[in-house]
Amino acid sequence: MAAELIRLKDLVMEFGNERVLDSMNLTIEDKKFLTLLGPSGCGKTTTLRIIAGFQKPTSGEVYFDGQPITDLPPYKRPVNTVFQNYALFPHLDVYDNIAFGLRISKLPEKEIDRRVGEMLASVSLKGFENRPIASLSGGQQQRVAIARALVNRPKVLLLDEPLGALDLRLRMDMQNELKQIQQEVGITFVYVTHDQEEALSMSDTVVVMDAGKILQIGTPEDIYNEPANAFVADFIGESNILDGIMLEDYKVKMFGQEFTCVDKGFEKNEPVDVVIRPEDIDIVAADAGHLCGTVTNVIFKGVHYDTIVDFKGFKWLIQTTDYYPVDSYIGIQLNPDDIHVMKRSEYSGLYGDYSTFSDEYDDITNADESADEE
Amino acid sequence: MRKASKVITVLVFIFLYFPIVILAVASFSSGSDIAVFKDFTFSRYAELFKDSTLLNLARNSAIIAIVSTIIATALGTTAAVGINRMSKKMRGLVMGMTNIPITNPDIVTGVSLALMFAFTGTILKLNSVLGFWTLLIAHVTFNLPYVILNVMPRISQMDPNLTDAAMDLGCTPAKAFFKVTLHEIMPGVIAGALMSFTMSLDDFVISYFVTGFGFVTLPVEIYNYTKKPIHPKVYALFTLLFLVILILMIVMNILQSRSESRREKMHIRAKAAGGEV
Amino acid sequence: MKRRWLTAPYIIWMLLFTIVPLCIVIYFAFTDSVTGAFTFANIVSILDYASIFLRSIWLSVAATLLCLIIGYPVAYTIAQCKPRTQRILQMLIMLPMCLSFLLRTLAWVALLEDTGILNSLITSIGLKPLPLIRNSGAVILGMVYNYLPYMILPLYSSISKINPKLMEAAADLGCSRRQSFTKVILPLSMPGIASGITMVFVPAVSTFYISQKLGSPGTIMVGDVIESQFKGAYNPNLGAAMSLILLILIFICIGLSNRVTKQHNNEEVTL
Repeated sequence: MAAELIRLKDLVMEFGNERVLDSMNLTIEDKKFLTLLGPSGCGKTTTLRIIAGFQKPTSGEVYFDGQPITDLPPYKRPVNTVFQNYALFPHLDVYDNIAFGLRISKLPEKEIDRRVGEMLASVSLKGFENRPIASLSGGQQQRVAIARALVNRPKVLLLDEPLGALDLRLRMDMQNELKQIQQEVGITFVYVTHDQEEALSMSDTVVVMDAGKILQIGTPEDIYNEPANAFVADFIGESNILDGIMLEDYKVKMFGQEFTCVDKGFEKNEPVDVVIRPEDIDIVAADAGHLCGTVTNVIFKGVHYDTIVDFKGFKWLIQTTDYYPVDSYIGIQLNPDDIHVMKRSEYSGLYGDYSTFSDEYDDITNADESADEE
Repeated sequence: MRKASKVITVLVFIFLYFPIVILAVASFSSGSDIAVFKDFTFSRYAELFKDSTLLNLARNSAIIAIVSTIIATALGTTAAVGINRMSKKMRGLVMGMTNIPITNPDIVTGVSLALMFAFTGTILKLNSVLGFWTLLIAHVTFNLPYVILNVMPRISQMDPNLTDAAMDLGCTPAKAFFKVTLHEIMPGVIAGALMSFTMSLDDFVISYFVTGFGFVTLPVEIYNYTKKPIHPKVYALFTLLFLVILILMIVMNILQSRSESRREKMHIRAKAAGGEV
Repeated sequence: MKRRWLTAPYIIWMLLFTIVPLCIVIYFAFTDSVTGAFTFANIVSILDYASIFLRSIWLSVAATLLCLIIGYPVAYTIAQCKPRTQRILQMLIMLPMCLSFLLRTLAWVALLEDTGILNSLITSIGLKPLPLIRNSGAVILGMVYNYLPYMILPLYSSISKINPKLMEAAADLGCSRRQSFTKVILPLSMPGIASGITMVFVPAVSTFYISQKLGSPGTIMVGDVIESQFKGAYNPNLGAAMSLILLILIFICIGLSNRVTKQHNNEEVTL
């Protein structure tokens, strides 16, 4: 196990009567890429700002390398930040922006020149030294922002939705590049985003947050395959979430039928939430399926079809490469490892139903687009 | 209707500048009647620069305008930074107070300050407190709101992350202010300072009530002049002031258009970067 | 945050030099000039000056309305220009505001005088000289001249903020030019009208000097009387009482005008 670098202990943050962070505990390991993932207002940006020192928690402590740094002002912390919308200094050119931190710490001009040069090379901005910030594209500004932070050789780089303002294509490229940079410089990255895809593709560890609380910490695979509750299951990817009863270990009952699953450790007859990922479901002929239902809606998505199937009033989303027209009566087959059983939580019953399919889909895309306002 | 508006606009500009032209023309006339232009001469300007009283008054006005502008700009800019971070309620309260000298008629501001100075004078048993200091206090007081009103929008438009970024890169709050915030709000600070300077240079009503015999500014003395026939060299002074203010305004205009075009460029870039979402 | 000290000097300054002086005005208004005892006499004796107060109000209301009527088309025209031209025109409107209003008023005296520039033009073409000066008209003209920029600038800033697409939208929905003006531009520029009215009316109603130079003893205004209480007759208590009443009158007038403009605004919005 890697060494602990930052520890957040019982962090509470309140703005007026609003509790933004609710006794949060988190350990961040050295040299890892950790992502704080959650919807707008979940407290992820606040957490980042507390680590950077821009905000003081209402209560709780921040430890860095075992030392409490809660009261340390930002300019004395060995961390640097890449801001949402970059926050580049518009009155300085590219070179002076990157050299800013080094000049503040009064490094010799020769050393500064060398380090800025290196940095410019590693973010492929050689030749842009004297360009004014306003003349750069979004992607280039992004690189300057990263260079400006990394040139100070921080122990931790904090990134606040840094790709939010970029278009989809550039975002994909930058994801790869960021991961590469992190591996090259070998320092800790703490990355804040509301985009689950970003989180899954870059992180070593994903921390899913909602309403000021951590819901789950794990590797991207864990988070996707073993979501802790209905919220996580719904937030990360698409999921059908059903009511079920855990009859005994490896045996779950839903829709009045028993299914074999791979989960255990529940009480006998405990009510549970069952997650079934849309891409795990196999459509078969009606007489061969575990469950049978009617197709109510089909949308072509390029790689696959989003097929909505009505099972006794509960609508599922199924992603298939085969086309089944509306009103066709089909069956589905569920393998034991397609079924994931979760404990009931406050989020039970709120997510995972596709009966208002089109509306909800719109909501999801809108939420992704709107910037995180915290 | 548009045509009529255009005609009115042209007429209004003529209306606004006609008296100014009259005064400027009079400054080149050798006669003493402003209504009659005699021979063309520069002698009014020569007389002006020989008139030590008038120059002294102009110097007094300049001193008051410069010192009050510096104080008001420093005090107002720091205050604006602080006001921006206040809670909504407090900010409303402070901005309400800021608006008082602007919405109050000048005569009431002048009278109220004069009464207060007289009041403190009697308490301190001083014969005459009116003079340089009272004038300075009055000018700073009516300049402050203009500085704040010019700086505030700049601060609230500024990306708050810029200050955080500076501190993140090692600046103390004070250093961050001078290295980053001040650069960003500079156009507002300059506009506020120029506005205070011109207001202060031209102020007559308030100065008239709070000034004493010891320290008189040009507009106050011009008021005293205008009770008797006015000497044409005053027109020469007016014309010079007109030119000074014209230059100040052009400078302000250039600064403004520069910062605007920069902002526009930024905006276009930002759009190009993230517009396709 | 520990940033209180940033605003503290400012707040203290403003308390000391705007709030306290206003309190002192109130104190003086209610005390006797000789004994210093509490009295209503100052306020009551203002009744003698009621006609002057009324005249000040009517003259300045007339000047304000004239400014609005003349200023609106100017502001509208400026707002239609190219941005560069707009900035220059705006500057040209501001420029006279920065120049000695005493001397500029004096220039009007030279223009309007019985033997002044205008009258010599009139007589030169064989007409009789006109009584251009020392009447209410001349005082109103002086006010319009001095305070017109204060009307144009807020009007311009509110008109220029109106999205030009709204005019197109109005036209698209079947409004004629005139209708899209009265239904869209005018209601949206109401805030500018309100602040323009305030910015002209307040200095106009409290002005002194203009009527001294362009008017006659019959056009004396409140400002002139207040001035004389401090500089001539020296009765600061009466002067303070007058200032107080003037402030109250201004608040009432501004309140009324805001009510009219706001009501109008609401009506138009609900339409």
